[in-house]
Amino acid sequence: MNIVVPVKMVPDLVEELEVDATGRALDRSFLKLRINEFDEHALEEALLLKAKHGGTVTVLALDTGEVDETLFTCLAKGADRAIKITGQFQDGVSSHAAAAVLARVLGSIPHDLILTGVQAADDRDGQVGILLASTLDLPHVSVVSGVEPAAAGKAVTARQEYAGGIMAELEVDLPAVLGIQAAREAPRYAPVSKVRQVMKTQKLEEVAAPAVEVGAGSTVSRLAKPETGGRAEILEGSPEEVADRLVAILAERGFAKR
Amino acid sequence: MANDIAVVIEHLEGKVADISFEMLGKGRELAKASGGQLLALLLGHGVKGLAAELGCADGVIVSEHETLRHYTPEAHKQALAAILKARAPRVTLVANTAMGMDLAAGLSGSLGWSLCAYCRDARLTDGRLTAVSQIYGGKLLADADVEGPSTILSILAGSFPAEAGKAAGNPRVEEVPPPPLDKPRIRFKRLIQPEAGDVDITRQAVLVSVGRGIQSKDNIPVVEELAQALGGALSASRPIVDQGWLPKTRQVGKSGMTVKPKLYVAVGISGAPEHIEGMRGAELIVAINTDPNAPIFNVAHYGVVSDLFDVIPLLAEKLKASK
Repeated sequence: MNIVVPVKMVPDLVEELEVDATGRALDRSFLKLRINEFDEHALEEALLLKAKHGGTVTVLALDTGEVDETLFTCLAKGADRAIKITGQFQDGVSSHAAAAVLARVLGSIPHDLILTGVQAADDRDGQVGILLASTLDLPHVSVVSGVEPAAAGKAVTARQEYAGGIMAELEVDLPAVLGIQAAREAPRYAPVSKVRQVMKTQKLEEVAAPAVEVGAGSTVSRLAKPETGGRAEILEGSPEEVADRLVAILAERGFAKR
Repeated sequence: MANDIAVVIEHLEGKVADISFEMLGKGRELAKASGGQLLALLLGHGVKGLAAELGCADGVIVSEHETLRHYTPEAHKQALAAILKARAPRVTLVANTAMGMDLAAGLSGSLGWSLCAYCRDARLTDGRLTAVSQIYGGKLLADADVEGPSTILSILAGSFPAEAGKAAGNPRVEEVPPPPLDKPRIRFKRLIQPEAGDVDITRQAVLVSVGRGIQSKDNIPVVEELAQALGGALSASRPIVDQGWLPKTRQVGKSGMTVKPKLYVAVGISGAPEHIEGMRGAELIVAINTDPNAPIFNVAHYGVVSDLFDVIPLLAEKLKASK
C-alpha cells in the first residue's frame, strides 16, 4: 500500500502569538513553527501500517518555512520519501489553496491511502484533507483513530470517534483520505543524532508548486485575542500563598476543610 | 431561496444533538437579518418524527433513505449537496463535530462555496456576512468578511445557547428523497459503545484533570495525589490519552466525555476548544498553567499562573493536612 502523508507547519502554540501592525495577521517575524501535532499522528499511523502490512510512506509538505528539518525528521522516523513543494507560501496559505496544490502534485505520486492530521491550528477555511479529498473526488473520513486494511487490500476499516466515546466503524474503499485524530501508538521520537545523520545521507525531493487560483473565500478583517467577560480571577503570590488561598476557596465551597 | 438560512441537524441514535439547537437559535437570528426562512435539514432513516422537535425552524426538509440510516460522510454529503444546490441558502450552518467536519469542508469542496470553520459567531449586516473563527488552539479570534452568495459555516459547540433553538412549533415538513448512491465507497459497519472504565468520569463530583503540562507519564502521580486529597477522580485532556498515559475512558473533551462536575481542576491544560467543549459546564473551575494567555483561563473561575510542580504537591499536602 502506497501511503502519502501531507504534513503542515503551524505556529507553536506554546509560544506567545502576536498580531502584526495590520491587526489582521500573525506577526511572523519571531514566529516559531512546528509540525502540526495531528500530522505526527497521521505519520505514525502510516508507519505502523507499513511495518505491519508493507508498502511505502511518502511525506509531502508545502514550503511554508522551516520545513526541511521537519521533513528530515519524518525520514528519520521511517518515511521512504520526503517531498518539499516550493512556492510562495511564507506568509501562510489557505486550506483551499493548499488542497488544490496537493491535489495537482499527487497526480504524479502513487497513492492508495492519504493520511492527514484531522485538523490544524490555523485551518480557518476548513481542513486540508477533506478539501483535498473533494478535489480528487476520493472518499474522506475525519476524526479517525485506528486504520486496518480490509477487503483484500481494496479498502480500509477506519474508526471514527464521536462524542461520549462512541465510535463508528466504517469500511472505506481505496484510494481514500483519512483525517487522523490519534495513531494507535504515541508518535515515535526521532533522536537528534539520527535526524542529523539522515540530513547527511538522504536528500529531500523538491517539486515546484503548480499555479492554482483558489483562495480561502473570505478575508480576515481583524485578528485578536478573545475578550471575555468571565475571565478567571488570577491568584497571585508565592506557591505557599497560592496554595493557602486555594484551600480557603475550596473549603468555602465544601471541597475541603480549613 | 437566496436569503434563507439552513441548519444541518446532527443526531445520533434517535437523539438530536444539542449543537443542532444552538445552531437553530443562531439561525433564527441570521434569518431575521437576511429576511429569509430558517430551514432545518434532517437526514436519516425513520427520523421524520424528530421534525417535531425542530419548531424553531420555518421548515424542515427531510431526506430519508436506507443509505442514510447510519451516518457516513459520503452518503450524507451527497444528499445534502443535492438539497443545498437546489435551495442555495445564504448561509448553511454545520456543527464542527466528527460528523459535521466532513460535511462542512466536503460541501465547500464539492459546491465551490466559501467556508469558515471553527465559528464562534456570525453576523449579517446589510447582506454582508462576517464570520468569527476561533483558531490557534483557541488563542485568537479571526473576524472575516466572507465572499460569495452562499457560505458554509462550521460551528463550535457551546457557542450559542441551545435553549434559544428549542421551540415547540409545527414547522412545515417537506420530504426530498436523496439522489441514488449505487456504489457507496464508505460503508457503515457498526457502532462501538465506550468500554466501561474503572471510573465513570461523567458521574464524579470532583475531577482533577491533567494535560500536556505534566510532561511525562512518571509525573502523573503528582496530580493523582491532588485528586485523592479532594476525594475526586483523575481525568485528562486528549494529548495525555493519545500518549497512552491514561485510558480513553478518562478523556474529557470533544472526542472524549462531556463532564459537569461540581469542581474541575485543570492542571497543565491550555484549554483547546475541543477540551473546553467537554468541561465548560462544571460548576467551579480552577486552572493552573504556566501560560497567562492559555484559553483555559477564559472559562476558569480561579486561575494560577505557575509551574504546576510548584503548586500542586503543596496544595495536595495542605488539603490532606486539613482533613
